[in-house]
Amino acid sequence: MNFLSDKTVDRLRQNANLPDLSGTRYQLLERVARGGMGTVYAARDQTLDRRVALKVLDVAVADGDLALRLNREARVLALLEHPGIVPVHDVGTLGDGRVFYTMKFVEGQRLDKYIEAVASLPDRLRLFLRICDAVAFAHARGVLHRDLKPANVMVGAFGEVLVMDWGLAKILREPSFAASQDDPDATILHAPQASNASADGTRATQITGQGTVMGTPGYMSPEQARGDIAQVNERSDIFSLGAVLRFLSSNPEQSSRSKAWPPNRALEAICAKATESNPANRYAAVSDLSADVSRYLDGLPVSARKETIFDKALRVYRRHTVAILLIAAYLAIRILLLVFSRR
Amino acid sequence: MFPATRWSVIDAAKSGNPTEQARALDTLFAAYWKPVYKYVRLRWNRQTEDAQDLTQRFFAEMLERDLLARYDPAKSRLRTYLRLCVDSFVMNQEKAARRQKRGGNATHVALDFQAAEGELAGATIDPASIPSPESLEEFFEKEWIRSLFALAVEDLRKFCSERERERTFRLFEEYDLSGDAEISYEMLAAQYAIPVTDVTNALSWARREFRRIALQRLREICGSDEEFHREARSVFGWDAA
Repeated sequence: MNFLSDKTVDRLRQNANLPDLSGTRYQLLERVARGGMGTVYAARDQTLDRRVALKVLDVAVADGDLALRLNREARVLALLEHPGIVPVHDVGTLGDGRVFYTMKFVEGQRLDKYIEAVASLPDRLRLFLRICDAVAFAHARGVLHRDLKPANVMVGAFGEVLVMDWGLAKILREPSFAASQDDPDATILHAPQASNASADGTRATQITGQGTVMGTPGYMSPEQARGDIAQVNERSDIFSLGAVLRFLSSNPEQSSRSKAWPPNRALEAICAKATESNPANRYAAVSDLSADVSRYLDGLPVSARKETIFDKALRVYRRHTVAILLIAAYLAIRILLLVFSRR
Repeated sequence: MFPATRWSVIDAAKSGNPTEQARALDTLFAAYWKPVYKYVRLRWNRQTEDAQDLTQRFFAEMLERDLLARYDPAKSRLRTYLRLCVDSFVMNQEKAARRQKRGGNATHVALDFQAAEGELAGATIDPASIPSPESLEEFFEKEWIRSLFALAVEDLRKFCSERERERTFRLFEEYDLSGDAEISYEMLAAQYAIPVTDVTNALSWARREFRRIALQRLREICGSDEEFHREARSVFGWDAA
């Protein structure tokens, strides 16, 4: 028996974990990332000659719990056809028994890395609004993300914002066929799930039972942290969005006083309202949160904060700075002319 | 891929069936003798002959004292239990030696200590330093994985030979075992005058079988399904992000 060096053991382990793509249309290119459930590889779709991202379970588990979850993630993505949500292409089982799905290969950066180069607060807030659009769409389709955080948002090479990693998503209600009859693709996508869905349509609760904590500390709502699955709803995602907003509106250069943004009470109030520990005190819908952020961007009063006269004056000044300065300059010149003409 | 649950060494040891008990010990010897020998050499700083003797006697004592049957999967991993048994055994060696007739009815197995000694030359733990319990655990685990993979490679060699897939094994050997980072599928295809897709398919098959065999061996030396799943993650590095 030959001795296996440390290097050989590592190589053996690494190669033994590679997904077996023989018999599929995909050719393995490289490992891209690792998640809680499995690994994402870059692969080439040889039929369509394009690069795709292939997410595969690490293991074909006998009890199929993870397989069920990965399948469900693919089904959620199929349900959510939106420019802000990564589209799924294919789902299946490899020759080695591992479940996989393929999706669009997004060339870009994770939001937490991307914003290091975005120094403008309005630009960051506009990115946030696009995340809100995608999440609001998912909520309209009865899907909660449950793990929203900067690391789960990708910004593509052309500035497109995509919400990724729907592995912890919860389907609140099965989609209504009646609502989507105009969309033949949607009907096809919904068809397979009917046989697998539970009577009440809450598959996630079968997988994510009461008392199970799922999410990311710092971004997960208190009800998620408690494992109080029954209380998890759209407002839980709103909490996470509030935490993302706080992250995006934090100063880009903490150490540099010259680049620090001034304290912004309106934005802080929006973050505070979104991340209230009591869900009832948060925004009722993502659209309410994004409307408040839009109002802030437009220099209008936000619903999260009652303004003082000083705040109002400051806001009006900020919104109409140029006009106010021009009027002030005009008035100053008129006064000066008046003074000089009397001499 | 996790194989279906098989009789593990623990089940076999507790079965009362002499044939199954013998098979269990063979399986255990195969997977653990090298890690145990190297551990005794480094952890207990024993000379070659002394370590060889202790390794032989440890496995003999396992048989005599029915140590496997006493193992409780709910309390620890089998490899942790065995490592602690080795520690306890070495500490009590004098006492054990008095109780045991050396070379008497003790079971001695033909083990290739020379090869193990050669392998120790490249050990990644410095015997001169004072090793921490964590580094010892890590060392034992590393040697245990090496031993498991080496057995699985040998099984795969036999498996390929039985199915007249010697070329597949040679491809696997050259790409996955040679340690040559420069080698590519294209180079192998040119060397064997076959299409690159044949190399891809052969390696996929060999890796799948290697994985299956390794997991099957692992299942046999784990005390419970839970331990098996945990060890499988440890062996294949799935927990390493």
